[in-house]
Amino acid sequence: MAVLELVNISKHFGAIQAVTDVSLSLNRGEVVGLMGDNGAGKSTLVKMIAGNFRPSQGTMRLDGAEIVLHRPVEARQHGIEIVYQDLALCDNLTAAANVFLGREIRRGIGPLSILDYKAMYRRAGEIFKELKSETPPRDFVRQMSGGQRQAVAIARTMLSDAKIVLMDEPTAAISVRQVAEVLNLIRALRDRGIAVVLISHRMPDVFTVADRVIVMRRGRKVADKAIEQSSPEEVTGLITGAIEQV
Amino acid sequence: MAITLDRAVGQRDRGWLSFLFASQAFWVLIAVILACLFLSVATDSFATAKNLYNITRNFTFVAIIALGMTLVIITGGIDLSVGSVLCLSSMVLAVVMHAGYGIEVGIAASIGTALLAGAFNGVMIAYLGFPPFVITLGMLSIARSLAMVASNNTVVFEFGPDHDALLALGGGAWFFGIANPVLYMIVLALVTGFVLRWTKFGRYVFAIGGNEHAARLTGVPVRRIKVIVYMISALAAGIAGIVQTGWLGAVTTNIGAGMELQVIAAAVIGGANLAGGVGTASGALIGAALIEVIRNSLGLLGINAFWQGAFIGGAIVLAVLFDRIRNFRQSE
Repeated sequence: MAVLELVNISKHFGAIQAVTDVSLSLNRGEVVGLMGDNGAGKSTLVKMIAGNFRPSQGTMRLDGAEIVLHRPVEARQHGIEIVYQDLALCDNLTAAANVFLGREIRRGIGPLSILDYKAMYRRAGEIFKELKSETPPRDFVRQMSGGQRQAVAIARTMLSDAKIVLMDEPTAAISVRQVAEVLNLIRALRDRGIAVVLISHRMPDVFTVADRVIVMRRGRKVADKAIEQSSPEEVTGLITGAIEQV
Repeated sequence: MAITLDRAVGQRDRGWLSFLFASQAFWVLIAVILACLFLSVATDSFATAKNLYNITRNFTFVAIIALGMTLVIITGGIDLSVGSVLCLSSMVLAVVMHAGYGIEVGIAASIGTALLAGAFNGVMIAYLGFPPFVITLGMLSIARSLAMVASNNTVVFEFGPDHDALLALGGGAWFFGIANPVLYMIVLALVTGFVLRWTKFGRYVFAIGGNEHAARLTGVPVRRIKVIVYMISALAAGIAGIVQTGWLGAVTTNIGAGMELQVIAAAVIGGANLAGGVGTASGALIGAALIEVIRNSLGLLGINAFWQGAFIGGAIVLAVLFDRIRNFRQSE
């Protein structure tokens, strides 16, 4: 059963048609690679799912029920989490503080409540363990490696019962070893039954971790197939337009 | 499994001792203590009860405002209007009390004025996107001008029926002979320290300074927090103004002139980073203390007072230099 379904979604900004008539579905525990050249519409598509933009046409269904998202916070309430490309981390705060930013655990009552450092360190530690990442909750993000920073950003999505995690270029600009770390984080999310959308330019990453690949070109979906039935050559052809559609 | 969960959770980045050594405020405190020891030995007049009483009282006004300024600086902002807001709220207090109203009314009017000025700064910065430097520079001019308008640029030294109450509030020593302003400063520093460390608000202040965009994306009410921060800064200036009025027993329209620079210097010497994201309440106090000790010692050592600016400027550069050197070492 699909957790998210997009039916004939289009988005235009004035005269510019960014996304045209895209339908797709996401299943529980599935990693979908979303590929396409710059300006192919993948960011716009993901931003509609995340509640940043409203589709001009088409409908979105979450667990079979139609939803309309006005703001990112509504998407979050529906269990749709996004990991931003720049990760949206505060370097001057600890890993745990970043994980809980905006959702701090407090103890005490009403206006007298104070931050519960102990509980946040513990919960953050549990999440990192679940992600199989050696990220110390008390360390400042400033000193962390790219992989650890990803772990912090991904740990945020696990605070709530996320159904869908959208990841924007998580493996861009980090070292090879850290890429492996990030791919493991994605697998850990999948193993929890979360649907992961992985926007990436990096062919090897998508073919390593994804179950399915969706290719966009000029605002249209030109391919949507199981990863084992495709090949990097075919996807490259689809991205550049050498292959029209499959 | 290399490390257990408990160890990972309990694992501290550094012990408290190395944490202390890494803090700029700690080294400035050491400098203050060494300077005091040196002055006690080198001069007869430093370690006298009267001089120490003077020092502690003198630096409190800068320190109180530096507490508010530290919050602003942590968010990555700056508030140049504090000296003028201090003057305006002192003058409002003086004029209202001079007109025959009680001290409660005077203080309420004074605090209200300060909060209004702070809210204006905050709203312009948070909602209309003004650079903090520009809008508070405007307020620096506006607030002092309003103080002149309110008083017709006269000196007010009669505060109506509650005259004595006001002088006792600022000039008294109700508790073990410690000057009242010092007590207010300590209480306000404790409150500020608590807020920064233990409340959601404090956490958000740091988050905004660290990465404002990230704070907004994660649902931190960035604009509201910023408005509150500038209101707190103005409030600190207002409180300092009230206390200083009681202490001086007179208000002129040039009190607090140039004070913003001393306040910013105190915050920066105490470890607040003008780029945002870093700062402590204790640092604000220690920074203000260092400035006052320098001023006081130059006088006692018989050094020409014209040198004051050079020494204070040197202290700013030196304090931040240590921070730079530490950063170099860390990044290597």
